[in-house]
Amino acid sequence: MLRLVVVNLFRNPLRTFLTMASVTVALFLYCALGGILDTLQESIKVGSESRLVVRNKISLVQWIPMAYRQRIESVPGVKRVVVQNWFGAQDPADTKGFFAQFAVDDPYYGVYGKDFDIIAASDPLAPVTIPDGADPKLAAYYAEQTACVVGEKLLAKKGWKLGQTITLAGTIFPGSWPFTIRAVYRAKKKSFGDETMFFHYKYLSEKGMGGQEPVGTYVLELNDPSQASAITHAVDSQFENAAPATLTETEQAFQAGFVSMYGNIPFVLRVIGLAIVFSILLIAANTMMTSIRERTSEFGVLKTLGFTDGAVFGMVVAEAAVITLGGGLLGALGARALVSGASMPGGFFPPMSIYWGTVLTGIAIAVVIGAVSGLVPAVQASRLRIVDALRRVE
Amino acid sequence: MATVDVRDVVKVYRRQTEEVRVLDGLSLKIPDGAFVALMGPSGSGKTTLLNLIGGVDQPTSGDVSVDGTSIAKMGGAALARWRSTSIGYIFQLYNLIPVLSAQENVELPLLLVSMSGSERKKRAKTALELVGLGDRLGHYPRQLSGGQEQRVAIARAIVSDPKVLLADEPTGDLDRKSAEEVLQLLERLNREFKKTIVMVTHDPHAAERATTRYHLDKGVLSN
Repeated sequence: MLRLVVVNLFRNPLRTFLTMASVTVALFLYCALGGILDTLQESIKVGSESRLVVRNKISLVQWIPMAYRQRIESVPGVKRVVVQNWFGAQDPADTKGFFAQFAVDDPYYGVYGKDFDIIAASDPLAPVTIPDGADPKLAAYYAEQTACVVGEKLLAKKGWKLGQTITLAGTIFPGSWPFTIRAVYRAKKKSFGDETMFFHYKYLSEKGMGGQEPVGTYVLELNDPSQASAITHAVDSQFENAAPATLTETEQAFQAGFVSMYGNIPFVLRVIGLAIVFSILLIAANTMMTSIRERTSEFGVLKTLGFTDGAVFGMVVAEAAVITLGGGLLGALGARALVSGASMPGGFFPPMSIYWGTVLTGIAIAVVIGAVSGLVPAVQASRLRIVDALRRVE
Repeated sequence: MATVDVRDVVKVYRRQTEEVRVLDGLSLKIPDGAFVALMGPSGSGKTTLLNLIGGVDQPTSGDVSVDGTSIAKMGGAALARWRSTSIGYIFQLYNLIPVLSAQENVELPLLLVSMSGSERKKRAKTALELVGLGDRLGHYPRQLSGGQEQRVAIARAIVSDPKVLLADEPTGDLDRKSAEEVLQLLERLNREFKKTIVMVTHDPHAAERATTRYHLDKGVLSN
């Protein structure tokens, strides 16, 4: 019986291939679009529930003063405070290959020490003090104001080398910005990403802001994460009547807020994905019905030989299932294999992720397409009367 | 004892509001091992009668028994199972599955019974050898002549060793030589293997090969 299903699939190989290919492409697109949603979700995981982010209450793009730092550090329960500023420069050699750059101060590598490993570093030119929790391999970085740390994927993508001096063109902070790559990191968790560059906040402050010290965000490391709510309140209440006021939230909530700036895009992506799937469902159903209609007399013969209505029904559904499930598996698994790990445009997000849940949903959709597209022709074929199928009434 | 017993069968087809009474109280007894030819003009009900005997269609009223089994009121699945073991059907246009080889076509009825793949192949080969096509096992229908295709169809009809063979114009689409080969084969199956054969034909020459001939006109049977 299986042989019968297989030979019928190859009866018109081009049609079978094209139908399967259309399902493959549809499921590939569905999973790739789902992957964007997964990546947005993944980017929230970068944030920790045990770290807090303080930003300008009005908007993320508004600064907060460096003067707040000391007052924040004095809040009971705050262990360390990190300054983090978005830089947003371009590589003149590759203006479309945007990547994220952050100016951070010294404690950053201690606070985030558990999130990545330093896999390569230059030798230090002079002895230097390493902040608590930071990797000692960062000595050369700490000893040089124009030094930077880059992710290994970014390094490979740009073809840079450790010790190389690169020059970026500032956008928010105009001018030509030379940096020397003194260390390369590898993220311990995928969500952290390997395509970001970090450099000294002091370099940004002195070269880009004329010695002024506006801050994008403060990241707070806490002694006791269970006190996060009280500390949040304590920090914000300090600046309640100041200009600017602050908004403090967990790092995870901060990332979620960042993602929410994408508004209805996730909804639109879902609708597009479902529209693709629905159109393919119609195509697959039409193909199956055409294929069955062409074989009407053969079903009559099979039934004359003793094949039951149920056997004929099963054969048609099996044909549809092989086409759609085969195409679905190729598309969904292909999307995971090819799209996972690719860079998201914009440089804000970790590498693309396609969760297994999305892949399984895609495969389930392929099963449903198979069932629905095969169901109508299968019912038609199984209900077919032999005398009508043979079309010979004497 | 009659292998085929058709009693007071009425068959009415409905076409929209019109009713067509194809068979009107027809009765027929075909003894075991007979070779019967059914003749008659187009639209006389020959194929309808054949379909009723083969359980391919069911009568509006009356009863049809084959080898003691009443099939007139049998349910769909039971009737299909009965057909697979009790009836061999030969069509005018052979109706082989084009994407299957000769041997695979002959194996089709055996897919419906519990049997190992090797046993199935062995039986299909034997059936094809019996019809003189032992050297054409792997050939596809498009690689065979019309006469050869019909012999593959006959092998398919006999492979499950049914007692009754029903042939609907088996020589209607063949040249004289091929038709003769097919008729000789049917005669042999009747004579040597004791198959009861009911053959619908327009061809008097073919009908002469049968042991009994009936003429059907407007649903009424005569010798």
